[in-house]
Amino acid sequence: MSELVLSIRDLRVTFDTPLGALEAVRGVDLDVHAGEMMGVVGESGSGKSVTFLAAMGLLPHQAKVSGSVMLNGQEMLGASNKVLRNMRGGLMSMIFQDPLSALNPVHRVGDQIVEMLKAHQPKMSDKDAAKRAVELLDIVGIPQAAERAHQYPHEFSGGMRQRVVIAIAIANNPKVLIADEPTTALDVTVQAQILEVVERVQKSFGTAVVLITHDLGVIARVADRVNVMYAGRNVEKGGVDSLFDHPSHPYTRGLLASLPHEGVERLTPIIGFPPNMLTPPPGCGFAPRCSHATDACLASLPSLRTFGDLETACIRAEELVVKAGLS
Amino acid sequence: MCRMHFLIRGFVLTEFATISPKRMAMRRFLSHKAAVGSCVLLAIMVVAVILAPISARYGVNESVRKPPNTFLPPQKLAWFGTDDIGRDLYSRLIYGIRVSLIIGLFTAVISTVIGCVVGAVAGFRGGRFDDVVMRVTDLFLAFPFLVALLVIRNTLGSIGWLTAIIGDKSSVRFIVFLLSFFGWMGVARIVRGQVLALKEREFIEAARAVGATRRYIVRRHLLPNSIGPIMVALSFAVVGAITAESTLAFFGYGPQAGDGATSLGILVGAAKGAVQTGYWWIAVFPCFALVLISLAINFIGDALRDATDPRLDRGE
Amino acid sequence: MNQPLLQVENLVKNFELRANSGIRKTKRIVQAVSDVSFSLDKGQTLGIVGESGSGKTTVGRCILQLLDITSGTISFEGKTLGGLSFEEMRQIRRKMQIVFQDPFASLDPKMTVGSSIAEPLVVQGVAGNHEEKVASLLELVGLAADHAKRFPHEFSGGQRQRVGIARALALDPALIVLDEPVSALDVSIQAGVVNLFGDLQKRLGMSYVFIAHDLSVVRHIADRVAVMYLGKIVEIGDKKSIYEHPTHPYTKALLSAVPVPNPTTERSRSRIMLEGDVPSPVNPPSGCRFRTRCWKATELCASSEPQLVVRPTGQLSACHFPE
Repeated sequence: MSELVLSIRDLRVTFDTPLGALEAVRGVDLDVHAGEMMGVVGESGSGKSVTFLAAMGLLPHQAKVSGSVMLNGQEMLGASNKVLRNMRGGLMSMIFQDPLSALNPVHRVGDQIVEMLKAHQPKMSDKDAAKRAVELLDIVGIPQAAERAHQYPHEFSGGMRQRVVIAIAIANNPKVLIADEPTTALDVTVQAQILEVVERVQKSFGTAVVLITHDLGVIARVADRVNVMYAGRNVEKGGVDSLFDHPSHPYTRGLLASLPHEGVERLTPIIGFPPNMLTPPPGCGFAPRCSHATDACLASLPSLRTFGDLETACIRAEELVVKAGLS
Repeated sequence: MCRMHFLIRGFVLTEFATISPKRMAMRRFLSHKAAVGSCVLLAIMVVAVILAPISARYGVNESVRKPPNTFLPPQKLAWFGTDDIGRDLYSRLIYGIRVSLIIGLFTAVISTVIGCVVGAVAGFRGGRFDDVVMRVTDLFLAFPFLVALLVIRNTLGSIGWLTAIIGDKSSVRFIVFLLSFFGWMGVARIVRGQVLALKEREFIEAARAVGATRRYIVRRHLLPNSIGPIMVALSFAVVGAITAESTLAFFGYGPQAGDGATSLGILVGAAKGAVQTGYWWIAVFPCFALVLISLAINFIGDALRDATDPRLDRGE
Repeated sequence: MNQPLLQVENLVKNFELRANSGIRKTKRIVQAVSDVSFSLDKGQTLGIVGESGSGKTTVGRCILQLLDITSGTISFEGKTLGGLSFEEMRQIRRKMQIVFQDPFASLDPKMTVGSSIAEPLVVQGVAGNHEEKVASLLELVGLAADHAKRFPHEFSGGQRQRVGIARALALDPALIVLDEPVSALDVSIQAGVVNLFGDLQKRLGMSYVFIAHDLSVVRHIADRVAVMYLGKIVEIGDKKSIYEHPTHPYTKALLSAVPVPNPTTERSRSRIMLEGDVPSPVNPPSGCRFRTRCWKATELCASSEPQLVVRPTGQLSACHFPE
């Protein structure tokens, strides 16, 4: 396994709301290695976005964050503003779902890339920065990059804008690129293009990519390893082939089963709703919805453990494999 | 704060006692201390003013005692001192505030109703109709306020039969009419803006899809969802009307001191003569009252605006 | 002979962009829907798929007469819509309803859920006890009867969508237009709602026009599928033919772009990558509108617009060089 670039340990995030303390993230462990594509899967309420916003130090100050986030061997939580500023856009970048609000509408696209370059490489000359900006636009696949660098965001379509956002994010060759639902708002043909761009960036620059999504198809297409989150915790981790072939956690299984696929008359939804994070269940977060839950499941919070070539947080993983007759 | 709401949005809050949007708004309003204090203050004022014959110590035109009683400084006999003919300022202030509050309230309500109707219809019908109505609104807005008031006052005041309806030039009724006539534009714009924004929302389309008439949609959906901005506009309209009345009184319009009537405007107007003479109480108390009322209503308006923020209605 | 429940012929819908600059000379026209025709039989589901700019949402709105159409005819139960009086249309509205995409915006936040569901009954002047009807509708969609007193903000997205469905069912319509009804929902919730649509159709026999961009969901629920691109139907036919033997290059590209939740399949698939973005519907390409992104495009495609033609596999597609 290549070197570890991002290491999150026991991350906890709690929001102080008028209705009480909302535990968005409850002890997440995550490792991202250089050059790999890590897929993070979860639905609303899983805490997947909050985890990485915390890692980037982008949460509002009302949020209480604890644990450890080691980027390139340096601790990010509680680090000084100077360290955090260097990190953001330098060592680690993040892109979001809506490219329109990520770009400043009154600045040209090329200028926005230059701004990113200058922020982390202040010694770079204007000329070099402009040249590099055009190169970056070319790398992300924007045709006629030299002319289009002078255009404004509204002159680009949704897919093109997202490419610009990616160009800005990779401008300083970060070790880690976090992509939070980057294709959810895009058409499916454009999504395919953007995923191709992200893959290309990953392979050419050796950037580790964390792809946060709820779309299991996207994960199957591009991810190397997968991290499944539910109710603020990891429930399953593993290589993409293993996870899809023999998922060990009932939630992962439920997700896969609920997707429409050939020859199925009725889909199998996961009954119930995600838990109320103001008062999360004392035991396994998924237990209230799980058809295999026992008293032990409801009683105490399970932790991740090795299970074959996966890591799972289900205490009944072995029994359930035998029951279902899976490999 | 907004960011946090967005982050929390993904989390489902299902186990809840029913809290209507009204109650949520009430809660948010009550968390604004200044507004709550203002409400209390205004409530006290209103009560004092309603119970005027009791709460005031003297009549409006009653002399405090036999002369010499002019320009007495604040003392046990006259809490706020006396004016140029020996009347108790405190009592006059109470009666004056009463008149001004009445003017303010009626004007605000009438102009808000006009503004709501105009804004809602213009916004909902859209197109040419909207354009025309908005240009008319702009016309009203463009008129220099005082000039227009004076002109209207003089022309209308001289039309005999109109006086029977609107009231005599110096009556409260006339002032209310005048200020309403020039006060509805702001509300119209606000309501129109709200309606334009709401018009495209899917629940409006859903109502259209079941065959609801335009009138039904405005009544049942658009206006209730615009209550927030309307209430805010209403509260600021009250302040606007009271201030306008004071301004007019300063120039000698509206209830006139000569008729024995009084209003906050008249009392504030009298302040201009008192500044150099050193009879500070003639200026300080009325002006302080005006400022207090304006501030209070402003606080309430701000709190109303926060309380009825539609983004917070979505449970975010 | 059974006439189709819904018949759409040569539907055209253009939007005028209001030029706010004050110069009214150049009016920009958005050709949202350009000559679309299809029919829907009773008890059937027609899926309309397409990406942004395809016009699929506009088609849905036109069917319900929520938009005035520019030209063409829409007939419901044999009766031509459009040109009808408000009252006549109101009668017809009882039989056709719509479920919207955004569960947060489709319910009035100031009204209880019960009032929202009862609204169709109130507006249409239906006599009788609405409370009972509302309660039975709530249970029909998988919610509890006492949820009627609650407000929308107390529910999750999936639950709100069910409320929207209950509202659409209130008048026992024969046709429901489903406008991306599950796109805004979590994946595990989507399955439940999709099942609900299927169950309701089996029980109550209504027809659906299912508008979506998610091809896998449409495949599950539709009987026939129409693929739209930039205001035109490029391919239409029964589900099997479309998904297993697509004949239009766009359909092929679309199917190829949809990621399948199976890593082995994904890696071994040959992918068709389309260049560029969807052109603007203000100025669609001449001839075949797809030609700017099509790998087969020739001069013929630019000069002559292909018509919908029957293919050996049974569906119709509009292409000079079908697959």
